[in-house]
Amino acid sequence: MTSVAHSTTVPGPRKGARRWFSRFTRAETWVAYAFILPWVFGFLALTAGPMVASLYFSLTNYGVEQIAGFAPTEYVGAQNYRQLLSDEKVRTSLYNTFFFTILSVPAKMALALGLAMILARLVRMAGFFRTAFYLPDITPPVAIGIMLLLLFNGSVGIVNTVLGWFGIPGPFWTTDPNWIKPSLVIMSVWTIGGTMVIYLAALKAVPRHLYEAAAMDGAKPWRQFKDVTLPMISPALFFTFIVLTIAGLQTFTEVYTAYFGAGSAGAEAPDAALMNVVYLFRQAFEFFNMGFASAMAWLLFVIIMIVTAFQFVVSRRFVFYQGEKG
Amino acid sequence: MTAGAQENFAPGAAGAATATIPQTLVRRYRGGPRAAFGRIKAVPFLVLLSLITIISVYPFIWLISASLKPQSDVFDNRIIPREWSWNYDDVFAIAPVATWLFNSVWISLLGAGLVMISSAFVAFSFAYFRFPGRGALFALILATMMLPSAVTMIPVYLIWNELSLLTGEGGRFAFLPDIGVNTQYPLWVPNLFGSAFYIFLLRQFFLGIPRDYFEAARMDGDNYWTMFWRIAMPLAKPALIVVFIFEIQAKWFDLMTPLIYLRDTALFTLPLGLKTILDQFGQGGGGQGEWQIVIAGTVLTVVPMLILFAIFQRYFIHGIATQGRKG
Repeated sequence: MTSVAHSTTVPGPRKGARRWFSRFTRAETWVAYAFILPWVFGFLALTAGPMVASLYFSLTNYGVEQIAGFAPTEYVGAQNYRQLLSDEKVRTSLYNTFFFTILSVPAKMALALGLAMILARLVRMAGFFRTAFYLPDITPPVAIGIMLLLLFNGSVGIVNTVLGWFGIPGPFWTTDPNWIKPSLVIMSVWTIGGTMVIYLAALKAVPRHLYEAAAMDGAKPWRQFKDVTLPMISPALFFTFIVLTIAGLQTFTEVYTAYFGAGSAGAEAPDAALMNVVYLFRQAFEFFNMGFASAMAWLLFVIIMIVTAFQFVVSRRFVFYQGEKG
Repeated sequence: MTAGAQENFAPGAAGAATATIPQTLVRRYRGGPRAAFGRIKAVPFLVLLSLITIISVYPFIWLISASLKPQSDVFDNRIIPREWSWNYDDVFAIAPVATWLFNSVWISLLGAGLVMISSAFVAFSFAYFRFPGRGALFALILATMMLPSAVTMIPVYLIWNELSLLTGEGGRFAFLPDIGVNTQYPLWVPNLFGSAFYIFLLRQFFLGIPRDYFEAARMDGDNYWTMFWRIAMPLAKPALIVVFIFEIQAKWFDLMTPLIYLRDTALFTLPLGLKTILDQFGQGGGGQGEWQIVIAGTVLTVVPMLILFAIFQRYFIHGIATQGRKG
């Protein structure tokens, strides 16, 4: 087989490469590169370079003394990574982060889809409701963190007041370690407007004739939803699934605002709210353990890669792209 | 489009099809997707939607009304304050809130303007030119969208730290303006280099512009530079506005970057300022918690976004519906 390839006049790799390089003699190529220069510089200086540096720092003892120049930076091998395994707070923060993501992402998707399906069928008022549901999404996360403390206040917050109307004694959401994460999840579900808008657009794009055809085949509403709606909007579901998961795994601002920082620093900061990125941030910029924090960052990166890859593999069976065969 | 095509189809064929299936089904599903779940019982759904509307909107009303109450009444859950108290004077008095507001506004505007233009450059290049390495580089841009910022956060901070040693007092480049840690440069300078998500979004838009427009401009004697500014940018205005408001929102929301880089109170942006107010006057600071002040500060942070949304609602919704959004 190889001999056949060599004997014919098909351009070999060398000729292809030469032709590829020959395009650099064209002025247009250089103009194109000039236009992307800002990104190339940014990529090298703020993404690729720092990634390599971060990997390097994760193998050193780089910390506050090294930044100030009082002590030399030393290579410590995998010590930071071993410390990741033994540090109890790392485990706690990972558990918290996964707890939060696994509960909030499906809840947000399901509720957003339900609302979008109702709105898609409203003739009037759809615009009004869409605007109303979108408002939480334009609330700055710091404000959401403060709202969390106010609305979920155990003794005077509105949430427990409303629960009280139904005779339910509400828990002390913001101080009871068992209820801190559930309140974070509920607060996060409050911001489903963007997800809903994406689903709404996807639902409107489903061709009507598919439903008519399904109806003619005698499909009941549930079958129509399962066999027409879900496959047709699966790209949107998939997209939000990935984006929400990546965002959930990096939750920071709301949690940090509500439970960490100068006002509640030290022992008071509750472990129940300690998210992965919060702990990373504290290690890096409050304790200046840059080497250890870099190792944490790489752990987070690897986790996100694995989770996303897993989502891609699993979803491939369910996501349906129009125009694709099969 | 599809509906028109169906109407043009021989009416006899449609008639023949309806004849073979029970009439009830046809009537029931005539609404297409609107009727896909069977008939909507309008009232329960409207009640449900109204309930969720209250959940979505009430926190804003609660905040605004609580910001007008004296300390003792903050949690009384009345919409109309029993006793009025203008807490905003206190907020402006206890902290440089006006400065923070101003900082947030100019950093948001400058950052959004810069990232819009720099991303447009890159996006235009990927949409218009065919150059060697284009596919691979574009894949690289898409890949960086998945990268958690935590991975680059620490080394980027160290770069700025190094820059502040060089340009600060006693540094080798002390004659230059002081850039680096504890200045506002780290908040907006990265926007000069484009952003993967916006590049992707704008490239899609540029691809939709017919190539003839560009060829015609070339015939008129435009070079690539003038063609970009005269043809590509004006035509891409809707997408540029989407990028602009998305980035304003991102800057207005950002707590982590100011938290990392800013030390002097006068340099703070609103989110960081609000966080310090919370730390000082919320319950964490000890004591009763002067929540009316924290709440007034929160309202000042929330309301500008509400105004922006009121003006650009179309672009917010459209941008998200078609392009998704940043994590």
